[in-house]
Amino acid sequence: MRTAERDKMVEDIRAARPAGLARAISLIEDEAEGAGGLLEALHPHTGGAHVVGITGPPGSGKSTLTDRIVKHLRARGSTVGVIAVDPTSPFSGGALLGDRTRMADLATDKGVFIRSMGTRGSLGGLSRAVYGTIKVLEATEKDYVIVETVGVGQSEVDIARVADTVVVVFVPGLGDDVQAIKAGITEIGDLLVVNKADLPGASRIESTLESTLNLAPPRVEPAPKILTTSAERDEGVVDLIDMIVEHLALAKTTGLLACRRRMRAKAEITAILTRDIAKRTEISLSEPGADWYERLQDGRTTPGALAATIWRKLVIEEYEGVEDENSREASPGDRRGEHRRSHEDLL
Amino acid sequence: MSEGRIRVLIAKPGLDGHDRGAKVLARAMRDAGFEVIYSGLRQTPEQIVSAAVQEDVDVIGLSILSGAHNHLFPRILELLEEADAEDILVIAGGVIPEEDIAGLEDLGVSRVFTPGTSTSDAIDFIRERIGA
Amino acid sequence: MFDDKKMREIEECRKRWEDGPLAKTINRFPEMKEEFKTLSGTPVDRTYTPEHIADMDYARDLGFPGEFPFTRGAQPTMYRGRLWTMRQYAGFGSAEESNQRYKYLLEQGQTGLSVAFDLPTQIGYDSDEPISAGEVGKVGVAIDSVRDVATLFDDIPLDKVSTSMTINAPAAILLAMYIAVGEQGGHGPGALSGTIQNDILKEYVARGTYIFPPEPSMRLITDIFAYCSEKMPSFNTISISGYHMREAGCTAAQEVGFTLANAIAYVDAAVQAGLEVDAFAPRLSFFFAAQSDLLEEVAKFRAARRLWARIMRERYGASDKSARLRFHTQTAGCTLTAQQPDNNIVRVTLQALAAVLGGTQSLHTNSRDEALALPTEDSVRIALRTQQIIAHESGVAETVDPLAGSFYVERMTDQVEEAAREYIRAVDERGGAPAAIEDGYIQRQIQESAYDHQKAVESNERVVVGVNRHRTEEKPDWEILRVDPAIEQRQREKLEKLRATRDNARVETTLEDLSKASAGEDNLMPVILEAVRAEATLGEITGAMRSVFGEYTAPIVL
Repeated sequence: MRTAERDKMVEDIRAARPAGLARAISLIEDEAEGAGGLLEALHPHTGGAHVVGITGPPGSGKSTLTDRIVKHLRARGSTVGVIAVDPTSPFSGGALLGDRTRMADLATDKGVFIRSMGTRGSLGGLSRAVYGTIKVLEATEKDYVIVETVGVGQSEVDIARVADTVVVVFVPGLGDDVQAIKAGITEIGDLLVVNKADLPGASRIESTLESTLNLAPPRVEPAPKILTTSAERDEGVVDLIDMIVEHLALAKTTGLLACRRRMRAKAEITAILTRDIAKRTEISLSEPGADWYERLQDGRTTPGALAATIWRKLVIEEYEGVEDENSREASPGDRRGEHRRSHEDLL
Repeated sequence: MSEGRIRVLIAKPGLDGHDRGAKVLARAMRDAGFEVIYSGLRQTPEQIVSAAVQEDVDVIGLSILSGAHNHLFPRILELLEEADAEDILVIAGGVIPEEDIAGLEDLGVSRVFTPGTSTSDAIDFIRERIGA
Repeated sequence: MFDDKKMREIEECRKRWEDGPLAKTINRFPEMKEEFKTLSGTPVDRTYTPEHIADMDYARDLGFPGEFPFTRGAQPTMYRGRLWTMRQYAGFGSAEESNQRYKYLLEQGQTGLSVAFDLPTQIGYDSDEPISAGEVGKVGVAIDSVRDVATLFDDIPLDKVSTSMTINAPAAILLAMYIAVGEQGGHGPGALSGTIQNDILKEYVARGTYIFPPEPSMRLITDIFAYCSEKMPSFNTISISGYHMREAGCTAAQEVGFTLANAIAYVDAAVQAGLEVDAFAPRLSFFFAAQSDLLEEVAKFRAARRLWARIMRERYGASDKSARLRFHTQTAGCTLTAQQPDNNIVRVTLQALAAVLGGTQSLHTNSRDEALALPTEDSVRIALRTQQIIAHESGVAETVDPLAGSFYVERMTDQVEEAAREYIRAVDERGGAPAAIEDGYIQRQIQESAYDHQKAVESNERVVVGVNRHRTEEKPDWEILRVDPAIEQRQREKLEKLRATRDNARVETTLEDLSKASAGEDNLMPVILEAVRAEATLGEITGAMRSVFGEYTAPIVL
């Protein structure tokens, strides 16, 4: 991507122009060329939103809850971005993304931007897409970014974990709720919400949550709070928002927020490196005519030496032109630079 | 690295609540590897276009059985243009009389699928047009 | 049915046949498929024998027509006493145009009316609201106030013709308008007969014209039950519908299971509201689809009657009158193809035959051109003639339940009943139909079946003539019915005139009363009737309730 194109995209994002903004997110989600550079360029404008993770099992009413939360936040004058993540089919790679149906009347609210996302399922790809999209939405100066995920897979839980405030939604009657509680999903939540509180069994879940928390080993962060809502009837949602806001305020004073943001940044750097190393390794080892395996067999090289060679190529080719923190005046280029693929068999 | 996947918005404009066709097609597209965003019932043209833009879809599939297509489709296409999103491929299905089809195609609907069309026809058409 | 000795003989006989002639034939001419299945996917055996119905007890499982468990029919003489009601669902454009079509149909020998409303009416909006734009008069007649209903039935004797109205969320309002128009013609509510669909649960599942959340919706329904049990003894207060779920793709057994599960929810709600089962249950009616698998469908109708009878007795200790399932049938719209539209006449004939052999109380036959647009007058006439030919020429109406005793049909009847019972059990486990709808169970089951069917058609495993086999290329030059777009403007003008000529203060008062009553617990029917008499519009009356009840948002079920 040329610098001019990128600057235009940054401008579109900063002005929150829906089409440009949406295309930028696609670029990041597809990990297309130029995505890295765009994120680098956006970086100075990020960090301003309160990122709230909402996770829970299918059927727990997360989307309805999100819809209500957004409406109340809008009534308070805040702007909101929503990232709604649903699982990708492992068989076809396609996905059915239906969370918007619950938020249909938010579609035309200019202070709200909703984006659906499939988990797609490449190594850490979801995390990268979500971190990137959070950044894009932050760059539009949204006050809140809500990341809604299905609390079933590890990667979804990981994503929720890096939000500033994590809301875990429980619901009576799904049968698997007690298992989820036992499996430690309570550990990631700052706020544990029993939704559909009007259904029978709600108080049982509430008491199970309480006893689980009482038995849990002490943690550095403040103990999670439990509350009940009925999103459908719009009951308890205002209290939930107050607690979300309160959680951030407290997190700021106690250093918890810094800790969370540090975790998010660390996860983001790890995700970039993991992808780039995996990609470079794949390219290097599957180049046509590569004889590294023969040389390994002959004892002419070792796995460690091969890894070191790949690493050097990564640094030279992948990060060429990317400013590291020591360089001060190099021009801001695409983080991954122009790929100069060597056809020569270096290994 | 992951390719750009074909993203489709399946939308039900107007007031009719028959969504069998829309949902069967959505599932078939999912199984064909598309990312399908389903709008739900009773969507206004404004909601559909706004969702399509935010989701950066390649295709909008409109399903309508109420006969209000001649009123609703032109508005959707007009809004797409206003939103700088006229590159989105628009296809339609449902109870749409043969004699209305040419008019809708003139407006910018790429293809109208009538009852009895197989889902693979629609999927192949999209693949051909989007080229993925 | 047979003693042990006879059964052993039959078994021996069968084995001899299987090892001899059958084996020889199959050896030389293999069968066309590994497995044969009904349309709903139930495996079908090569041939059926008394062995398949060895457990059947005639008196217990079949009995006689008009007697518990009603397997053989809802009424002792069935079509020998009176033919089914031929009732073509019709309505489009304005009340004036629809009135013309009704009179035409009555002249052609139709015996009951069936009113189709446009979508704004079904969802409680007036024709001049922005959301109604483009939809006015399209899929049915546009009704904004009692004046439109008066026009709709102009010159039609409401004490003689029974009227079925496909109206659900605003059913109470349309019923009130019908009562008011009856009064204007000098007929009290007790003189009116007909049916309102009034089945909100299947709207949440499959048809989509809901307005309010489940709780207030169920209350409106029980209010109607209570009101009618007192004032309208010959009006069917509800038509609990499997039709739309079947159209959405479910199987025969799911259609029966989910419909009866919904019915159980209505009965429970009414009982909970303090009504005596036997006071309202005899006025419950049902509505099923007639699909193309002729014999499976006949079995389905018989199974539905038997299962409902048993449920009413087992669960509620209801009287036989309450346990008697009466139903309307419509041929399956989803089987109509846009390709070679005349083929649809044949499909409709087979489906209508299934309904008659299954003992339907009334029947709508689809028109050949409905996959293209609204039916033309010619097409509607052919559809009606189809029923008349079955009634007068086919001979199937001469005896009651002619397929009883067919090993296959009896076996299939058992299987549908058994499978439907399983679905009801699954719904019960989820806390009843409203809960099973909210968690998406019923929708998911239907969608799975719909998707399976679609895949079977696309892989040519299931043949649809003219679509995936025996295609022709030529495109028919088809004349279709168009709704005049000017109708929207005319409705708007009528509304303007209405608002200028009615007593607006009285409208205000009645609407305020309605809001207050909605927040309370009294029966809403009398209050709605007052608003209707004051000429409040459908949108205004719905609006007064909307402000108290809120609106329903459908769960995402994909």
